Amino acid sequence: MTLTLGHFLSLGAMLFALSVIGIFLNRKNLIVLLMAIELMLLAVNMNFVAFSHYLGDMHGQVFVFFILTVAAAESAIGLAILVLLFRNMNSINVDELDSLKG
Amino acid sequence: MSQTLNATTLLAVPMAPLVGAILAGILGTQFGGNWIGRRLTHTLTILGVLIAFILSASTLKSVAIDGARFNETLYTWMTVGDLKMEVGFMVDGLTAMMMCVVTFVSLMVHIYTIGYMDEDEGYNRFFAYISLFTFSMLMLVMSNNMLQLFFGWEAVGLVSYLLIGFWYNKPTAIFANMKAFLVNRVGDFGFILGIGLIAAYTGTLNYTEAFAQAADLSALTLPGTSWMLITVICICLFIGAMGKSAQFPLHVWLPDSMEGPTPISALIHAATMVTAGIFMVARMSPLFELSETALNFIMIIGAITALFMGFLGIIQNDIKRVVAYSTLSQLGYMTVALGASAYSVAVFHLMTHAFFKALLFLGAGSVIIGMHHNQDIRYMGAVRKYMPITWITSLLGSLALIGTPLFSGFYSKDSIIEAVHESHLAAAGFANFAVLAGVFVTAFYSFRMYFLVFHGKERYDQNPDAHHGDHHDDHESRSPHESPWVVTVPLILLAIPSVVIGFMTIQPMLFGEFFKDAIFIDAEKHAGMKTLADAFHGPVAMALHAVSTAPFWLALAGVVVAWYMYLINPAVPAAIGRALRPLVVLLENKYYMDWINENILARGARALGNGLWKVGDRTLIDGWLVNGSWKLVGMVSNWTRKLQTGYLYHYALVMILGIFLLMTYFVWLNK
Repeated sequence: MTLTLGHFLSLGAMLFALSVIGIFLNRKNLIVLLMAIELMLLAVNMNFVAFSHYLGDMHGQVFVFFILTVAAAESAIGLAILVLLFRNMNSINVDELDSLKG
Repeated sequence: MSQTLNATTLLAVPMAPLVGAILAGILGTQFGGNWIGRRLTHTLTILGVLIAFILSASTLKSVAIDGARFNETLYTWMTVGDLKMEVGFMVDGLTAMMMCVVTFVSLMVHIYTIGYMDEDEGYNRFFAYISLFTFSMLMLVMSNNMLQLFFGWEAVGLVSYLLIGFWYNKPTAIFANMKAFLVNRVGDFGFILGIGLIAAYTGTLNYTEAFAQAADLSALTLPGTSWMLITVICICLFIGAMGKSAQFPLHVWLPDSMEGPTPISALIHAATMVTAGIFMVARMSPLFELSETALNFIMIIGAITALFMGFLGIIQNDIKRVVAYSTLSQLGYMTVALGASAYSVAVFHLMTHAFFKALLFLGAGSVIIGMHHNQDIRYMGAVRKYMPITWITSLLGSLALIGTPLFSGFYSKDSIIEAVHESHLAAAGFANFAVLAGVFVTAFYSFRMYFLVFHGKERYDQNPDAHHGDHHDDHESRSPHESPWVVTVPLILLAIPSVVIGFMTIQPMLFGEFFKDAIFIDAEKHAGMKTLADAFHGPVAMALHAVSTAPFWLALAGVVVAWYMYLINPAVPAAIGRALRPLVVLLENKYYMDWINENILARGARALGNGLWKVGDRTLIDGWLVNGSWKLVGMVSNWTRKLQTGYLYHYALVMILGIFLLMTYFVWLNK
């Protein structure tokens, strides 16, 4: 059995679906939410690499590097916000964070 | 030889009273710190009016004898597009005559005021007002354009308002001046519409330029209607005259204006200001001549005023109100004459009326002073014993008013009756009846007042309103006393023209060339004046002829009936009053005009305003538009805020659903 593009795309879709489910089902911890977002980005990266490989175009892989960098920065900011949030609210429970409620 | 008039001299005529008014009004009152006293105030203002009178008299002389004319613009106030707003003077026979009448009566009233207002706190203020009035009235009559006419028109209205409410602590006076002001607004609205129409169609406000285009105007109709433009203009202008000259149905303010001090009743509400409307129509005769409909309208209004206001004079008991209704009735006569195209006759009656009505008013004022400010003629009587000068002058004024041959009023009133008789307008029949019946009514109410005041028994102590409290007041001071010389001298000076002016001036004014370029008559259509001139053979012949005509006998009958009913058999009026109770009630309520104005017009206007306020403003604009919009926004946002749960995963879900929707659209539906 050879690995085809379909396999990689399926893997990406599964990762994406997992992370979406992670966002919806998680009612407790904000860190899990951040992790789910990271996973989403990785799913996209997976698609990029797969297409890059099968189409023989290096641009896709260059893009992956950028996305990884941005994702790392984003996680850092997200964690910083999270720390501040905890200081102010004494909680990182997603169910309790509803100050945007209209 | 044609001597030209000097602009500086003419300018000095209105300016002299203005300077007097400013000095008296600013320096003589609390406003300027009471710098000048009473004596200086009246000296200054009388000096101003005296200068104006002397200059007016010399102007009249140059105009009448040397044939001088003046028509120049002195100052351009502003130019809007092609429309110039200017200040200028036009002096011809009509103006010169008006200037003399205004300044002469004003001078007399100024002198009279020294005596009449002697005990009043507002002495200086009063002089400032009457001088200001003289200035305004002179600006009105001397104007050579309609804007300045309107300025003078409004200025005299303002002074009239100020003077009716002169005793501003008196609620009735405040009510009366507000009423005068509001009723005049109705008239002025028509007036300014008329001026606006003239300005819109001729592009000028100058009389001479506007009248030159009168013939073009008469060919036009008002856009969108089939109304003749000239008729609309003339009726609009005449509505202005109706307000100012107190013609039915805008007459209601004049009787109430008697709340003001008597000198101004004489000056403003009898002799000069109220005749501004008559003057204006005479001045605009080139326009009015072109519209038969407007002339008919004028004649009907005048006839109604002349007759029906006279009736009201019969039942009044306030001495000033009797004279006031008489003024209304005489203004009606002038208006009828205007309608009959006899403009010069109207202006002639204006002049004679100014003298004898000012005399009657000042005489009434003198009686009021003598009677210790009792104005009710039921509690007078036999005053002639105590006030001989007032008695004689008032008798002369009354004789002039009812049209006794050789007196001034005879010439003017008989000419009006003749002119109406000669008129061929549709309204002439009714007008003819009204002016003839008016002669009897005039004689009756004039001599009813005369007999009640000056003859009969003394009834001073029957007045229930009199102050019985002051017992130390001895009998001597309760009976009337003759007024001081400052009061009687103007009476005598006014009595002279009241008697002789008609005799002296009828020839040049009505049939001579005095008004030839001031008043225009379309001789082909309105030949009345020509017939009158043909029938005229000198003032003496006219007086002799009058003995055989109806007006003389009607007037005589009026006097005799008044004499019988109020001196010989005083039970008769009461009996007639009981027999004709509904009629008396109608007259006592002044034909319910005040009732109609207050309950239908004023209340109707208030109800309309209330309705518009409640429905239009509060419900529609405030309720639906203003409050409605915030309520709608609030409702929508109240509904949408439920979507904002605040939970991150809800937002994420919406985002992802959005992505799926967009992807579905792009991938499957947008192939």
